[in-house]
Amino acid sequence: MIPAVSISLQVNGERIEAHVLPRLNLADFLREHLKLTGTHVGCEHGVCGACTVRVNGDIVRSCLMLAAQTNGASIETIEGLSDSGEISDLQAAFRERNALQCGFCTPGMLVTAQDLLLQEAEPDRERIREHLSGNYCRCTGYQAIVDAVASTARARTGRGA
Amino acid sequence: MTSTTTNPETLSVLDRPNSYIGKTVPRPNLDRLTQGRGLYVSDMELPRMAHVVYLRSPYAHAKIIGIDAAAAKQLPGVIAVVTGPELAAVITPWVGVLTHLKGLKSAPQSAIAIDRVCWQGEAVAAIVATSRAVAEDAAELVAVDYEELDAVTDMRTALDPQTPVIHASLGDNLAFERSLDAGTVDAAFAESDAVVEAEFVFGRHTGVTLEPRAVVADWNPGDSRLTIYQGTQAPHMVQNIAALHLGLEESQIRVVCKDVGGSFGIKVHVYADEMATYALTKLLRRPIKYVADRIESFNTDIHARDHRCKGKIGVKRDGTIMAFEIDDITGIGPYSMYPRTSAIEANQVVNLVGGQYTTKNYRARTRVVFQNKNVMCQYRGVGHPIACSVTEGLVDLAAMKIDMDPVEIRRRNLIADDAYPCASPSGLKFELLSHHASMDKLIGMMNYDALRAEQAALRKKNIHRGIGIASFIEVTNPSAAFYGVGGAKISSQDGVAVRLDAQGSVICQTSITEQGQGSESLTAQIVGSVLGVSMGKVRVILGDTDNTPYGGGTWASRGAGIGGEAALQAAKVLRRNVLDVAAAILQASPAELDIVNNAIVNLDDGAVRIELRELCRIVYFRPDTLPPGIQPELMATRHFVPREYPFAFTNGVQAAWVEVDTDTGFVKLLRHWVVEDCGTIINPQLVDEQIRGGVVQGLGAALFEKCIYDERGQLTNANMADYLVPMSGEMPDIDIGHVVSPTFETELGAKGAGEAGTAGAAAAVSNAVNDALKPFGAFITEIPLTPQVILSALGRI
Repeated sequence: MIPAVSISLQVNGERIEAHVLPRLNLADFLREHLKLTGTHVGCEHGVCGACTVRVNGDIVRSCLMLAAQTNGASIETIEGLSDSGEISDLQAAFRERNALQCGFCTPGMLVTAQDLLLQEAEPDRERIREHLSGNYCRCTGYQAIVDAVASTARARTGRGA
Repeated sequence: MTSTTTNPETLSVLDRPNSYIGKTVPRPNLDRLTQGRGLYVSDMELPRMAHVVYLRSPYAHAKIIGIDAAAAKQLPGVIAVVTGPELAAVITPWVGVLTHLKGLKSAPQSAIAIDRVCWQGEAVAAIVATSRAVAEDAAELVAVDYEELDAVTDMRTALDPQTPVIHASLGDNLAFERSLDAGTVDAAFAESDAVVEAEFVFGRHTGVTLEPRAVVADWNPGDSRLTIYQGTQAPHMVQNIAALHLGLEESQIRVVCKDVGGSFGIKVHVYADEMATYALTKLLRRPIKYVADRIESFNTDIHARDHRCKGKIGVKRDGTIMAFEIDDITGIGPYSMYPRTSAIEANQVVNLVGGQYTTKNYRARTRVVFQNKNVMCQYRGVGHPIACSVTEGLVDLAAMKIDMDPVEIRRRNLIADDAYPCASPSGLKFELLSHHASMDKLIGMMNYDALRAEQAALRKKNIHRGIGIASFIEVTNPSAAFYGVGGAKISSQDGVAVRLDAQGSVICQTSITEQGQGSESLTAQIVGSVLGVSMGKVRVILGDTDNTPYGGGTWASRGAGIGGEAALQAAKVLRRNVLDVAAAILQASPAELDIVNNAIVNLDDGAVRIELRELCRIVYFRPDTLPPGIQPELMATRHFVPREYPFAFTNGVQAAWVEVDTDTGFVKLLRHWVVEDCGTIINPQLVDEQIRGGVVQGLGAALFEKCIYDERGQLTNANMADYLVPMSGEMPDIDIGHVVSPTFETELGAKGAGEAGTAGAAAAVSNAVNDALKPFGAFITEIPLTPQVILSALGRI
């Protein structure tokens, strides 16, 4: 087996030094090594989006990235985005609109939705559906999620105006 | 409390001041999930916990000649490699039959295969290691010598004499057969002006819960107890089954169910690999964790719906439906699933076809056959989507034949709203349904005539849109008639205990479970409303056999109707107890008092007499100040089970508006409407979201989802890139309306709403696609409606 490699990175603003096997993916590193279990593992082949996190500002599927690739990176997970308050309005909108049932897709869905809202101030429903189309939700049928993202976008632009 | 004083209920508990019933309020505890702070089984870790990986058969049917695990056992980190015969020392096999399904047979199934594998994906060995990665490495080193056997894969030939019999001891591959002949079917067809026949084909599909099935099983030899952490819908059922097969008392087993990443019926069964995990912790005396990966989920989570159903309808020129006849067959895999059996879906098809219509002439046969594919069993909607698609497909065919509008033919045949109570030809008892009111509401919501005009205008531009309508009935609130009468130890009653803590907050323990439907919310809403306590002060505990009353759990749309009624009745008792204590403290009569906004108030002028918090302080810390003879009971428990009606039937109707691209075969879902009557609505938002989620599962079945097996029994698309599920980009917005016909069997009046969406969605879409294809003379009776199916029907490929 190829020996462990050293990585040094920021996770939710915290400096992390670790030795990881080259085969370890980022999702397992976050969940099993750092105990950040808010990042969920649904399919482990990059389709369901449950493991979506932010790496250097871009959203990635943490099951498709190796932990060894994150040396020097800054990673944000649902725990970090929650504690910083960055997505508190989006989370509140999800709660008010019941845009989650079992909640397993929700962290990935929120990270992806925030990514859209950072790129576009007022995406229409079709744009929201398109941007979320790589995040699988079996419970809601998506409409409530689209509603929650749309209402957050409206509220943010209203507030910013 | 022992006082005989009663507080007359001047107001129904449902419309008390500040009632939460019928209001949209956010579910409690959602912040935990939005912040990623939930606790799913896949997140759990225990000291000394080891991980199990199951080595699974690559063959659909094969003899196991030998298993060589020597190399695997040498790998550092491997704790044990356990085969079927070795595991059989601690767990007994089972047979998935129930006595009320007469003639149902199945063969003994073991936790891990012994001597023979019967489907691709059946476990042949357990590899236990310090991490899942090491266990997977070791699994690759286990050498299994197989002798491949002929696989039975096609349900249509499973009963042919030349087809091998999967279980020799059973004599043939027939698991179950049921026939029904009601009314005068032959005469009715003879009197019909038109008779139409078609064969309806349903793709085998599966639940694809986002969190795979997961178990952490922890046998503690120190206290001789097994704790099972599992994302299950039915904790007490799991307790019973685990005890039975491990040779334990139920009191030795605790089942704990924390957050569950989706269920939909997938997690209401007990799977062989879960049984093996319970057995492994007993064998190895340390906690064992099993989390299925996605390939395992596709190969072992129950599949559903794989039916081929020939249907026939007779109709008069005036639109009167004279008779229905069906001949259904389904292939369920090599074993009837345990403990709910794999005959229920077929049985439901027989029960439900034509059930929304007035004709009394109905003949049906279903046959359930074994095959070497993954097991099939109950998944959201059980039988309803098949029965609805067959019935509503036949009705549309009949309408087409006599050139009648699809809405009109339904209006002429749906059971009248004032005809209740009544029964279906298959013996289903309907207390009160609202087919016509629901249809009227739907037609208004969708603006039917305008859509028809738009459709006609677009056709001239070679744009092919279609409208599909599907009426349905839904089984909810099942009594013991569902499983209990057949000998399954699956409770149909549920219990709720409510108590006040020393600060006047409520702790409520319920035997229903939460997988996101809103069980916690509806329980808190009911308890808060009845008690006069803010919802924020009600904490609901569920999913723990040590800490909740005994009950069935959440499945078959029973949580609100059964668990909700138990909550209501328990809260009523507690409320009386509180008012009795309050009356004693205040030297008043309980009849003069009420509880509103966490305080005891005068019933007449609403003046606050004593805060609930203060009452609890007195009861718990200064009982010496209470009048003599008063023994307060600030806790109450009630159970409920429906007795009068075996099932509380609901009804509804759906409509789909679609566009078919006749060049590519792609279907675009433009809009979808649902009108549903689930009786009393506790939380409108939660009901609507149950329906939307259910509809989208039905839309997946209609357009995308199919487990594709080859002729050797290999599942060829066991991943999420090849097995397509509905994603946000393809799904339409769904408009929902309600008609409310409460059940009078309960004070709450709630019926279930969990399966209505799934019941009718595929039928509505199929009818819409066929409506769009009408100018081409094509009528498709197969789902999923893939581009290939549509282009084939159009003769373009």
